[in-house]
Amino acid sequence: MNLDLRLDTSGDFYAQKFQPTKRDDTLILNMGPQHPSTHGVLRILLEIDGEYIVRAEPVLGYIHRMHEKMAEVMSYPQYLPNPARTDYLHALAWGWAHVGAVERIMGIEVPERAEYIRVITCELNRINSHLLWWGAYLLDLGAFTPIMYSFDDREIIMDIMQRITGSRLTYCYYRFGGVSDDIDDRFVNETREQCARMKERFKMYKDLVTDNFILRKRVEEIGEISVQTCRKYGATGPVLRGSGQAYDVRRAEPYSVYDRFDFNIPAYDTCDAMGRYMVRMDEMQESIKIIEQALDSLPQGDFIHPKAPKRAKPPAGDVYFAVEGARGKIGMHLVSDGGKSAYRLKLRAPGFSNLSLFAEVSQGTLISDAVSILGSLDLVIPEIDR
Amino acid sequence: MIVKSIRETVAGMWSLLVGMKVTSKNFIQPNITVHYPRQSVKSLEGYRGHIELVPNEDDPFKSKCIACNSCVRICPSACISLKASKPKKAAAKEGAADGAEDKKAPAKKAKPELLSFVLDYNYCCLCGLCVQSCPSGALRYSSDVYLAGFSRQEFVIDLLARLQYQAQKKGAANG
Repeated sequence: MNLDLRLDTSGDFYAQKFQPTKRDDTLILNMGPQHPSTHGVLRILLEIDGEYIVRAEPVLGYIHRMHEKMAEVMSYPQYLPNPARTDYLHALAWGWAHVGAVERIMGIEVPERAEYIRVITCELNRINSHLLWWGAYLLDLGAFTPIMYSFDDREIIMDIMQRITGSRLTYCYYRFGGVSDDIDDRFVNETREQCARMKERFKMYKDLVTDNFILRKRVEEIGEISVQTCRKYGATGPVLRGSGQAYDVRRAEPYSVYDRFDFNIPAYDTCDAMGRYMVRMDEMQESIKIIEQALDSLPQGDFIHPKAPKRAKPPAGDVYFAVEGARGKIGMHLVSDGGKSAYRLKLRAPGFSNLSLFAEVSQGTLISDAVSILGSLDLVIPEIDR
Repeated sequence: MIVKSIRETVAGMWSLLVGMKVTSKNFIQPNITVHYPRQSVKSLEGYRGHIELVPNEDDPFKSKCIACNSCVRICPSACISLKASKPKKAAAKEGAADGAEDKKAPAKKAKPELLSFVLDYNYCCLCGLCVQSCPSGALRYSSDVYLAGFSRQEFVIDLLARLQYQAQKKGAANG
């Protein structure tokens, strides 16, 4: 054992690994793991020269809970609540990726009504996720009031969802072959009302925040990420679309009934934090469009396939299923050996790829701009660490 | 250059005024938050509290549970534990005591009786899989919202005792 390492009190393992530098006038700074702008336990090691960042390195693993290993131990239905705990903001998309993978490998048919219910609830959840990002991002940038408005809207959506799913945040709603509960007229009416309300609210959000020139000074031409950088790190979702590439899993490889709806994939080629901001603001409106179309053409029928297996036992083989989450492409690669639980389940978290490019992008920026860049990536740490 | 910066500043100031208008509009709106300890929300529809046992229609002191253990098996957090009397032993005993009714009795006696049903709420993840997997509909969600305690032991809940307490209370209210 290297005793020098133990005697050295200049930091922990990561700090020591990070330490060696050619310059002697810089300072090593820990941003996190408890920092208000990292939204959880993300730690970023920064080498700073005055206010400027020379190097940055994210340190992960503070909230690693072995979700992939749990899939190998638990039976398939037992794993149902788990995906929601990885990304607590867009829980339903993760749940969808899991049930979708199992349905694909077992060849379970999902009734049309269930598909529509999934689309409606998943999009409502996406709006919720973006609303929280919007409020929290502005909180990072120093604007306190907007989060109050966004939580006002979030509460209404969560009340609507609570009646149907039983949860407010970490939903466990999708089942193999459908959903756990049917939606009723009250849900449909309340959702319609909320959609109409949200349209008015978006105008207010634009007046209050988007057009505000203090915000524009903080986000415009800050954190420019080229499409090449996005491709290099595998960034997806609003980060990629904010760099000008209109890639969306819902359009690129349509799953469920998304190919029946008319919606746009917003993309901005400004490549800066404002581009990513605008993508999310537009995406909420597109989600409302999808919900309204789905409610108009909601078919009758079963909400779960009558022959859906209670104890799923997929045949041996492997399958990949990807959905579009609020943060990007959520993928689940399931390898089954024909047993009661998965042989291996690989979770592809979009946040991990989106965070990876931070080290490159933040070089040479101010610390306050780095906060703005981090916020614009919309990181959910439990999803990154899994 | 100067003209441009002046124009930019004016436009920026105007955007602040527009934002101020939104704020002042909302300032005169009624309060939408609930001041919790003094007030509480009206409806908690769909709220899933911890699970509780559903009483039998005939005897409110007994549960509908048939002790099939499917909730124990499906629970991802392994927080349910139940004990039931063994049906075979009971059948043999009663059969020895009362020989005449031997023939029609076995079907009835084959039912195991629930002795205890304990939920460790500390580990429960509120997924609701137990309620859905129950073949006899013996589980439901309670509407206990305001749960708080000083020790972990307070959340190890004996649901059978709770059921009997509820039945007693209900009986007292009725009678």
